[in-house]
Amino acid sequence: MNIEKSILAAVTTDHSRDRVGGGMPIFYCETQEELEMVAANLEAIIDGIAHALSKDLYVIVKH
Amino acid sequence: MNEYTYPILFGIIVGTSMRLLMLRTDYRQYPTYLHGKVIHISLGFIAASLGTFAVPSIMEKEFTAVTFLTLAASQFREVRNMERNTMNGLDEFELVPRGKTYIEGIAVAFEGRNYLVIITSLLTTLVYLAVNIWAAAATAVVLYLISKKLMTGSTLKDIVNIKYVKPHFDGAGLYVDNIYIMNIGLPDRQEEVLKYGMGFVLEPKNFNVRSTIANLGQRQAILHDVSVTLGVFRDSGTPALVPLIKRDLDDGRIGVFILPQDQDIDRAIKAIGAVPVLENAIRMPSETRPEMEGKN
Repeated sequence: MNIEKSILAAVTTDHSRDRVGGGMPIFYCETQEELEMVAANLEAIIDGIAHALSKDLYVIVKH
Repeated sequence: MNEYTYPILFGIIVGTSMRLLMLRTDYRQYPTYLHGKVIHISLGFIAASLGTFAVPSIMEKEFTAVTFLTLAASQFREVRNMERNTMNGLDEFELVPRGKTYIEGIAVAFEGRNYLVIITSLLTTLVYLAVNIWAAAATAVVLYLISKKLMTGSTLKDIVNIKYVKPHFDGAGLYVDNIYIMNIGLPDRQEEVLKYGMGFVLEPKNFNVRSTIANLGQRQAILHDVSVTLGVFRDSGTPALVPLIKRDLDDGRIGVFILPQDQDIDRAIKAIGAVPVLENAIRMPSETRPEMEGKN
């Protein structure tokens, strides 16, 4: 089986750690600006797309 | 020199020029330069010779000579393989790939054109030998017109209405009209997408068309052709800037989202309208009559 899409990382400003978890790297950020910057950098580095699940939670998905 | 020299020459020349006329560098952008063309002109020449030689062979009662036409068939099937492999190889490095359905369509066309050349050469030589050179020339012209008619399929503007719609965001979701395209998270990316992106809604003119434009190969062909005509705002490593087509499941309309370098709406509509309807994507649900099944 081929897995075509996978979540490579999560970026969030939500520090209540029981809401974001799992087997991927999670980047905790302090501000919205930092969140966007980290997501933009990750997107560029790993050739994924930064998708917004909510305002304070982004996931980087490899397509 | 014998009685067959001129008919044979005539047949070969007509056949080869027929291939030349059908070998245009057109919307498919293939073949583009000399080497690609030389291959096809040479194969056209071979096809023309095969078709031509069949006639004198029969007249000399050398019936076995006709069997080399079967050789031709396998030879030209090889042409189709060659084209398919080359284009599949090249497709990996396209910013917006052609897609397998489109490639298959082009490969089939290349094979088919060689058969048309064989038929043309065969018939013109036959007419030359049976009647005279003028009748043969007339036959060549008629055959050219017929094959031109045969080789032109319909284009998208015949089967859909194309309407420009400015793409917009609802939260992180990108929409063309009410058709969801994709999720783009970063505000900077969203700005880029709104600045360079254009949206089009293709509305099917009838029920059969719905399945045709829903075909993924057909959709990829639209994206490829538009990107070739208008340029594409994209690079490797920017997967977020990807032209996409999604479908409205309710009524079968498709939403085309493109990122062209040339932001000319009229040209874009013309480019989409000129995309060929791929032979392999055509579906005709209304031609199927379940109630007739088993009665033939």
